[in-house]
Formats: sequence, C-alpha cells, structure tokens
Amino acid sequence: MGKIVLEGVEKTFGAIKVIQNVNLTVDDGSFVVFVGPSGCGKSTLLRLIAGLEDVTAGKILIDGVDVVNTPPAKRGLSMVFQSYALYPHMSVRSNIGFGLKMAGRPKAEIDRKVEAAAATLNLTPYLDRRPRALSGGQRQRVAIGRAIVREPKAFLFDEPLSNLDAALRVQMRIEIARLQDTLGTTAIYVTHDQVEAMTMADKIVVLSAGRIEQVGSPLELYNKPDNLFVAGFIGSPKMNFIPGAAAGDPGAATIGIRPEHIAASRDSGTWSGTVTVAEHVGSDTFLYINAGPLGDLTVRSVGEMGVKPGDRIFMTPEPGRIHRFDPAGHAIVAAH
Amino acid sequence: MARAVSPRRKWSFTVLAWIVALLLFFPILWTILTSFKTEGDAILFPPAFLPPHWTLENFVEVQDRSNYFKHFFNSVVISIGSTLLGLVITVPAAWSMAFSPTKRTKDILMWMLSTKMMPAVGVLVPIYLIFKSLNLLDSLFGLTIILMLINLPIMVWMLYTYFREIPVDILEASRMDGAVLWKEIVYVLLPMAIPGIASTMLLNIILAWNEAFWTLNLTAANAAPLTAFIASYSSPEGLFWAKLSAASTLAIAPILVIGWFSQKQLVRGMTFGAVK
Ligand SMILES: Nc1ncnc2c1ncn2[C@@H]1O[C@H](COP(=O)(O)OP(=O)(O)OP(=O)(O)O)[C@@H](O)[C@H]1O
Ligand SMILES: [Mg+2]
Repeated sequence: MGKIVLEGVEKTFGAIKVIQNVNLTVDDGSFVVFVGPSGCGKSTLLRLIAGLEDVTAGKILIDGVDVVNTPPAKRGLSMVFQSYALYPHMSVRSNIGFGLKMAGRPKAEIDRKVEAAAATLNLTPYLDRRPRALSGGQRQRVAIGRAIVREPKAFLFDEPLSNLDAALRVQMRIEIARLQDTLGTTAIYVTHDQVEAMTMADKIVVLSAGRIEQVGSPLELYNKPDNLFVAGFIGSPKMNFIPGAAAGDPGAATIGIRPEHIAASRDSGTWSGTVTVAEHVGSDTFLYINAGPLGDLTVRSVGEMGVKPGDRIFMTPEPGRIHRFDPAGHAIVAAH
Repeated sequence: MARAVSPRRKWSFTVLAWIVALLLFFPILWTILTSFKTEGDAILFPPAFLPPHWTLENFVEVQDRSNYFKHFFNSVVISIGSTLLGLVITVPAAWSMAFSPTKRTKDILMWMLSTKMMPAVGVLVPIYLIFKSLNLLDSLFGLTIILMLINLPIMVWMLYTYFREIPVDILEASRMDGAVLWKEIVYVLLPMAIPGIASTMLLNIILAWNEAFWTLNLTAANAAPLTAFIASYSSPEGLFWAKLSAASTLAIAPILVIGWFSQKQLVRGMTFGAVK
C-alpha cells in the first residue's frame, strides 16, 4: 500500500513561497516523476513528502492518514539521495540493513533480506566493503538496496542518477524501472532529464516556480500540453512558437509546432526560410532556419538530408499537430 | 599537488620551527631540570642550566609532605568527569546548531563564546556564595560542575565546527531509515565525528587538568587537585623553587604523557575539515 495525496501543500522559506498550493494524487504502485527547471521546487516537494521539511500549510496523506506532524522516521518511506548518502563508517551489509536494524528486526531476518537485496542488485561480492571502496554505480546500487529492503510504502528518488556517466545512467534507469515494476511499490522520482521522465513515468508532474503546471502521462503531456510552459518544457528539441497572426491564424496568440512535425522540402511548402545551421547526427538532421516573420524555427528531419547553411528551404506543418495558445498562454482546446 | 620546496627554504623552515618549539617548551624543560636541583642550586645566580648536583630529594620530600596520589586522583576525576558531563550536554547542542540552525544560531554561538571573555574573578563572589549555600565547597562534584561549565563554550564551538563538516544528507538518510533522534546521534553522527570528538575531549581534559583559578578558590583539603598541590609549595614558609618544580613536574607528567601519545589524534582533530 502506498497512496500519497497532497492537499493544498505550501512551503515558504523566510519570505519566499517555494511551493504554492500543490494538489496531487499519487496512486498506489504508480511511478510519478517530478520535472521542472532548476530551482522550481522539485526537491523541496519531495522533501516535504519525506518529512525532511515541514509544510507551511496543507495536508500530506499517506494511505489516508495525514502525516504532516509525523517525523520522517515514522512515515514508512524510503529515499535515494543524489549524493547516495551512504554511511561511510559501515560496511555495505550494515548500510543496507540499517533500516531493518532501526526497526528492531531479528538479526536472522536482517541477514536474509540484506542478502536477497544484494543478490538482486549484484552487490553480493561487495557486502563487506566500505562505501569508499565502491564505484559510483555500485554506491548507487547500495543506496537503492537500502531503500528496498525496508519494504517501504513508497520510494522517493531525488535525481539519483545525475552523478553517473551517460552509459551507466541508461542502465540504472532501466534497472530502477524494472525493480519498481517487480516490487509494485509507489515511486516518486525527481529529475531534470527529459528522457528519464518520459521513459520511466506512469505520470509526469511538471512544476514551475513552485506550482504544478500539468499532470499527465508522458504522451498526454507531449500531445496535449495545457500551456506554453509545458509545451516548451516537454520535448527535445523544444517546440517552435510562432505568433498566430504571422502563421495565418489570427484566432490564436501563439501557435506551437514540434520540430519533428514539420516536413522540410527543397521544392515547395507552406512556409519558407533560409538554413542557418544544419546538424547531421546520422539518424536525424536538425535544421535551424531563419523563417523571416515567423522567427527562428527548428526542424527535425529523419535520416540524412543534404542541406547546408544558406540553402533556401520550404516547410510544411503536419496538420493536427499544431498547438494553439491564447494570449495568457493557455492551450485553446478545439471544440468538438 | 605537493608543491616542490627548495632545500634551502625547507631548511630555514625547519630551523624556525625548532626555535619556536624550543621557546614554547623551554619553561617546561626548565621546571623539570630545576626539580632535580638542590634548593641551593635552584637559586644560583647566574643560573646553572643542568643541575650541578642531581638529586631526587625534592620528589621524596614532596611525597612526604603531601599526598600526591590523592591530588592526582582528584585531578583525574574532575577533568574526566567534567569532560564526559560536558559531552552529554554539548553533543546535542552542537547537533542542533549545526544541523537545524536558525537565524539566531550564530548569535548564540558568539554569545556563548563571549562568556569566555569575562574575567572569572568577576563572578567569583556569587559563585562562591552559591557553592557555599549548596554545600558544594571543597567537593569533587562541585568542581566537576564548574569546570564543565567554564569549558562548555569551547566544547560547543569545537563540536559545532566538526559537525558542520558532516554531510547533512547522511543524517537525513538515517532519518528516512527510521532512526529517531538519539539513534541518529549514536549510530550515525557520533561514529562519523569520532576524530572531532576525541580531540575535543583531549583538549578539554588538558584545560580542566590545568585549570587553577576555580580549583584553588573552591577547594581546601578534600577536593584539591594537582593545581592546588603545586600552589601549596609557594605559600606560607616562602618559595621553594626546587620543591615547587618537583611538584609541578609531578602534576604535568600525566597530561604530558597523554598529550605525547595522542598528538597525532590532536593534530588530526584540530585540522579536521581543513584537509580532506
Ligand atoms: N533551506 C532553504 N532555505 C531557503 N531557500 C531554500 C531552501 N531550500 C531550497 N530553497 C529554495 O527553494 C527553491 C526550490 O529549491 P529546490 O531545491 O526544491 O529546487 P529544485 O527544483 O530541486 O532544483 P534543482 O533542479 O536545481 O535541484 C530554490 O529557489 C531554493 O533556493
Ligand atoms: Mg533538486
């Protein structure tokens, strides 16, 4: 069990409101990812759920019980820190077993569970080492092992992979996702890595300046962003924004079109412009185009496309992939 | 990266270090040498550096006239007692200042330190009267308390500085692992802070061992530690340099030995954080 509900959660540090009226439901067993620009309050929100910070206002319900006055030790959640935060004076075995020891479990049970967790995470050969004698990836596994043995109501991850190199990050990302799936434990995961968010999440929560901008599945956010912020934040390269009038759509203040939803052609198209930069990465070609009144546009074209800076190019947006926004930046939902 | 130092520079630094060390150590050396002189040789002018006639009679007489071991025992009790009692109070205090600071934490630290700037004699009379009415005069318990109190600010400062070096993430991890406050302190904070705590303890024991103002003023026959034992050789019948030196040598010997064997720990503790 591990359903987490936030009701009107607020947090101020001094005079600064860091979290503003956050309402959110994290379903039991789901994998929820918090994303947002640096400083938007992702870590703070996670720490409020953990109990490492006190809320200024609002309720946090874990399985229906308000825990705002419950210390972190009693909330039954596990956390994996960006810095790993292993106990340097303890062996890997004691690190993983520490939570069970604190809970006063019998030694035999601790040994059994620690060894099972170590086997799952390929840590068995390192059980008697100190953390300082491990690599970054191994340390991260120990931190995960420490989180899982306690069989918590939920896992909280704060950018757990950001200290690892790219290859290891991909591998650990897959491992974490698989582990969470097998255990069926609720997980809340903070990251600013788009790929992690899109691939791991059942549900993504986009935060900006302490507010929730949108909550939805990865594809919902990609296909139906609620506002300009989410539209610009989700997706890489970023969505193109064009003034409505210039794009021939006076009904919208801004229209948005993703780089992968514009077809580029040398001969004909709806819009035209001049290539300023062409990036050839093999599988794709990214074109940066000066399109006069439309502004600078990015186009992603599948495969090799033999264009070079200075070339004239035509573009056609894919119908049905155009996002329309009102002057306040909210998505204009087509009436059906 | 270690910077290459030219041999000449290295030599001049070594010589300088020796000069400073000898200057600092000279009074102790002189005391020890004097304790082996006869009273007559001790007041020779010009003074003789090495004792012209080596003798142990001062030590014999000092032990005859007063009970060294009793004072030694008192010194041990009050210096170790005040240190342990101090830790019980200062570890939680330093924990809270280092890991959950408020806007006033710095002010509180300053204010605590400022009490060390107050001349002790300024509060002698009130403390004396309080001790008198509580029947604490000339008691080991009273001395332990007062020495613990006067060293409290230094202990808090030292521990605070060491604790600040410990990543707060690790303590938070223990909280997430279900450790309540005392378990967090005992199982996680203290083991990680051992070098800092050890050097705090050592320094505090040395300070308490050598403390002479309160120990002289608040004790008589019963609870007098070694400081009072030394002082007793500079009073009624006049000054006896050789015996005074013998008493001093006996008094500082234990702490000198402890200091010698723990110097590595002391230095490591004092530079904790400066070198990673
Ligand atoms: N203890 C604190 N005291 C004062 N301000 C704080 C404190 N902790 C965080 N903040 C502020 O709260 C805001 C949100 O911080 P938070 O760490 O939650 O951001 P984040 O979204 O996790 O950013 P990042 O992606 O860089 O980790 C920041 O502006 C930060 O400066
Ligand atoms: Mg953060």
